[in-house]
Amino acid sequence: MREISAEKITAAVAALCARAAVNLPPDTLACFKKCKAAEASPAKKIFEIYEANAQAAACKKIPLCQDTGTAVIFLEIGRGVRVDGDIYAAINKGVKEGYTKNYLRVSIVDDPVFERKNTGDNTPAVIHTKIVKRDKIKIILLPKGGGAENMSRLKMLTPADGVQGVKDFVLETVKLADANPCPPVVVGVGIGGGFDGCAELAKRALIRPLGKKNKNKNYAALEAELLKLVNKLGIGPQGFGGRTTALAVHIEYAPCHMASMPVAVNIGCHSHRRAEAVL
Amino acid sequence: MTEIKLKTPLTLADLKKLKTGDNVLLSGVIYTARDKAHAKLLSEKTMPAWLKGAIIYYCGPTPPPPGAVTGSLGPTTSGRMDKFTPQMLSKSGIIATIGKGGRADAVKTAMRGRAVYFAATGGAGALLAQTVKKFECIMYPELGAEAVYKLEVENMPLTVALDLKGKDIYRRDK
Repeated sequence: MREISAEKITAAVAALCARAAVNLPPDTLACFKKCKAAEASPAKKIFEIYEANAQAAACKKIPLCQDTGTAVIFLEIGRGVRVDGDIYAAINKGVKEGYTKNYLRVSIVDDPVFERKNTGDNTPAVIHTKIVKRDKIKIILLPKGGGAENMSRLKMLTPADGVQGVKDFVLETVKLADANPCPPVVVGVGIGGGFDGCAELAKRALIRPLGKKNKNKNYAALEAELLKLVNKLGIGPQGFGGRTTALAVHIEYAPCHMASMPVAVNIGCHSHRRAEAVL
Repeated sequence: MTEIKLKTPLTLADLKKLKTGDNVLLSGVIYTARDKAHAKLLSEKTMPAWLKGAIIYYCGPTPPPPGAVTGSLGPTTSGRMDKFTPQMLSKSGIIATIGKGGRADAVKTAMRGRAVYFAATGGAGALLAQTVKKFECIMYPELGAEAVYKLEVENMPLTVALDLKGKDIYRRDK
């Protein structure tokens, strides 16, 4: 049994918060480059601004975007690991340190309806946990901005709606979102699993590296088709028109009840920030 | 691409020259206000005098790191302020707003002939920060990022998203 200290987890999470806010991952930058090549003005110019912004953030060490997000964490705990201490407390301590010590914006309010008082340190994080084989802990941080999150939707489709129903709902969601979520967006789609499960799948779809297809060929084909259809909407970067409305469409799926076909669409913005650590 | 240089305070005559889609470089003073600041401002008995003729930037910046003028400060989604905007226009006399994304029909109607709406590049907060020369909290400091900040900007790149005639950059079908 490997032992990992709570302090080590806290330090790793704090470092992830700092890194993700300032450095755009290589897959996002590569995707900008590829999409920019297919665009004309004004979309091309907007991609240039995104690239210049990434450079400015990295050089000046200030966040890519003022919305440094909710700290969404995908946690994989290996069965061969023992954590010395409370892992959730350790993660939240890491978020607190990462956000406050690196001058990131704290955006979490304690009570959604009445008080809406800022917690002051961006905690609590939203943590999705999986117990896996191995003797390691994997932590993936997805800082999730509010503007794109607000444009996300969920619908309980039924089996008769079929694949067309899925396509219609995804397209409708991106169309309704329009310029609001800072397009080009990353479209995370979760299908199956029930009301709660499909939402988590949709969020999980956002952490897959851009350009990586679903392992199942039917879903991979659906991803490719949806990306084409979404891009035909013509919303374009910043909603000023163009060929690139989405950088990618990722689908994650899970078994579900024979009466249901739940679909969730989680929208991510162009500043598609993620960071991961393996302990 | 030509860029129109504008300097605050803006007058209606300045706004009349602007057409939707125009690229603007704005210099001068602007004020941030987002959800909470709008609600609070509108609940004040009297509107602060600085609001008259002011430009409101929908933005909740990151805190300035030591030695820097400001942190990251791109626009937030303007649509969330749509509920407040018609009242802000009539009560305070603001002359322009800056944000990202489309506006409600009621806002467009209220703005027509009296105010314009600029789009700043959403998700380009690090770059926009480079145009800020002065940064100061002037109201509601307890709101943190949602407080009102007075910014002095130099050549802040913007696009006219709604001109005085109400032409909408986001209505790509028209």
